[in-house]
Amino acid sequence: MLPTDPTKKISFTRCITDGDLVIVYERHDAMKAVKVCEESVLQNRFGVFKHSDWIGKPFGCKVFSNKGKFVYLLAPTPELWTLVLSHRTQILYIADISFVIMYLEIVPGCLVLESGTGSGSLTTSLARAVAPTGHVYTFDFHEQRAASARQDFEQTGVSSLVTVGVRDIQGEGFPDEFSGIADSVFLDLPQPWLTIPSVGKMLKQDGVLCSFSPCMEQVQRTCESLRSNFTEIRTFEILLRTYEVRQGKLDGSRDNGGGSLPCKRKQHSIEGSSEQDNQSSAAVLARPCAEAKGHTGYLTFARLKFLS
Amino acid sequence: MSQNKIQLDPSNNNSRVTWEGCSVLLDINDGDRLVFARLTAASTLKIGNKNCSLQPLVGCPFGSLFQVDNGKEGPVLCRALPSKEDEAPEKGENQISEELRDNRAIVDDNKAQTLTGEDIDEMRRQGAKGDEIVEALIANSATFDKKTAFSQEKYRIKKQKKYAPRVLLRRPFARSICEAYFKKYPNRIGFLRVDTLSLMLSMANITANSDVLVADMVGGLLTGAVAERLGGTGYACSTYLGDTPNSIDIVRIFNFSSEICKRIVRAPLSDLSLDQNGTSAQTNSHEDVCNMEIQSNDQISSSVVMENISISSENVVSDIVPETTLSPASKFCKAPKAGEKASQEALKLWKENGFSSLIMAAPEIDPWNLVKDLLPLLSYSAPFAIYHQYLQPLVTCMHNLQIGKMAIGLQISEPWLREYQVLPSRTHPCMQMSGFGGYILSGTRISGS
Repeated sequence: MLPTDPTKKISFTRCITDGDLVIVYERHDAMKAVKVCEESVLQNRFGVFKHSDWIGKPFGCKVFSNKGKFVYLLAPTPELWTLVLSHRTQILYIADISFVIMYLEIVPGCLVLESGTGSGSLTTSLARAVAPTGHVYTFDFHEQRAASARQDFEQTGVSSLVTVGVRDIQGEGFPDEFSGIADSVFLDLPQPWLTIPSVGKMLKQDGVLCSFSPCMEQVQRTCESLRSNFTEIRTFEILLRTYEVRQGKLDGSRDNGGGSLPCKRKQHSIEGSSEQDNQSSAAVLARPCAEAKGHTGYLTFARLKFLS
Repeated sequence: MSQNKIQLDPSNNNSRVTWEGCSVLLDINDGDRLVFARLTAASTLKIGNKNCSLQPLVGCPFGSLFQVDNGKEGPVLCRALPSKEDEAPEKGENQISEELRDNRAIVDDNKAQTLTGEDIDEMRRQGAKGDEIVEALIANSATFDKKTAFSQEKYRIKKQKKYAPRVLLRRPFARSICEAYFKKYPNRIGFLRVDTLSLMLSMANITANSDVLVADMVGGLLTGAVAERLGGTGYACSTYLGDTPNSIDIVRIFNFSSEICKRIVRAPLSDLSLDQNGTSAQTNSHEDVCNMEIQSNDQISSSVVMENISISSENVVSDIVPETTLSPASKFCKAPKAGEKASQEALKLWKENGFSSLIMAAPEIDPWNLVKDLLPLLSYSAPFAIYHQYLQPLVTCMHNLQIGKMAIGLQISEPWLREYQVLPSRTHPCMQMSGFGGYILSGTRISGS
């Protein structure tokens, strides 16, 4: 998934080969991760796709089924992976993930601790951020979940950057071997306040912690326990609004002004480009999607206080 | 000279201790004022109406706290340990129910404080510390005891900020640079908010060893943020229309090692465009030579300017904080130069392989105008993220990409960010928030054939 291995990096000349992980794209909300295997086939509502037809084609190409229907084959990225991975737990999505990585000041070479691993959605993005020389140590108390995550990281090709441990971080804290060497720590635990003392030991001075909690009661207890050894304690909520774009005709678009809807008029005043001025062609309209996530969780950040 | 640079800049770009010539972010009074500065022998910080030398900050770990003390020759920045008052015993949930005081007896008649300005100046002359002045103000306030515990706390903080200002030493990162600009000069970065920037970096899959095509008309913030994620590998190729590269001055605020700076290159769009036939490549390379000469002349003259009046070039950095005056820096303190012209080998490589992603923030330009020329330069299956502060141009751009079957997974998104005040019994969203951080059009390039 990551271009750490130059032979895997996407380019005009890089073709799909046997054993590659591809994202089969039907629609923006219908995607699937598939491991290319010469003898294998993919069967979906569009018919049967032979993997052997895919090999030698570039990523980003269209491939056809026995019924003449098509899908696209994309190179995996952490964003696409987040959309296709199997949910073993509730996962973090792109807006929270992006903000966490930026706010934790994670750059190549960082050592990052995470608990729990969950489905590995955030972990994959953490790995991308610390590559090529950093490392993510992620812990989950659920043995089977940790094993599945390990398999996933193997499949997505980030396993050299991630180590999955089985450990009850809330009960035992992080292992002592990481004392004072973590650049950043991420917690997604039901009682994160129990882990704060351990996080204080793990972080380098001035290192940053993030705790993700869906409930405000968790946030309050976490913030209280942070106040003694941490500074710059800030809590955020981030949501994403997406827009639908379609071409449509609005009544009254032919007579200039008159009965045109506000959105139509706005378009003219802002855009005024030649394409929009063409009255006979339909307008391109945008509006926020009606369905949206109302809440994911609160993100609390804090920086280890400098005490010496 | 480059030898010197290497010795002065810790080779580890992730250094947690400041050095002579390093760029720092100064957080004054808990985020009230954010100031970027370069630590040189002569640089100063204006606090109140006094200038403090920044020399005591050199060689200190990031995260150190400083307090302004009255020295013999005016105010001096001294290392301070974080106060223990933050660790005040937990009063917890009962606090509010136990509070019997209210503000019915407090009248705003300006008579509550018996200490005069002259008294305070006299205390200063006698070398009183800021904290002592705050205590004196509290002792001489007739109404302090009548205030509720919350407003007592507020009063103390207000006086502390004025009489004992604190300066926190921070590492400049894309995060803090974007936040500081967004707070003070949002128009210079096209109103690009930090959460929007972070989303763009994800959507464009910016990671080590990628070759990123960057269109940056936000002063270098985007280029810097990309280079930070590349960590001295791959390339951030900043492209531009016409002959004059866009300014990337903000890159200088990041403490980039020379390894990282080398990976920030510039190329005019005309040099990147894929040639339809071999012959035009020949003429192009001629132009390249000419361009390069002009370019190198420019560079010489500009670097001369920088050395002679580094005051003004430093002001570019400290612009964001008009209150700071920075004096001429020794030339060793210059950050290594970022934004050299892309080499012919690199250009050739990109033409053969394509860029691994496109990231764009050109708030003054119709995105479609650029995207139609930039997208063909990307490898198939390469993701892209395009920022704009207006929705409609992105809508048109998205529609054209759909019609032209150039990309899939197209989506326009707008992040919404809310901060919370979390305090015992006083938790609520912050009263002030940014209502708008910009729109992003994201998608994946597909192969046409």
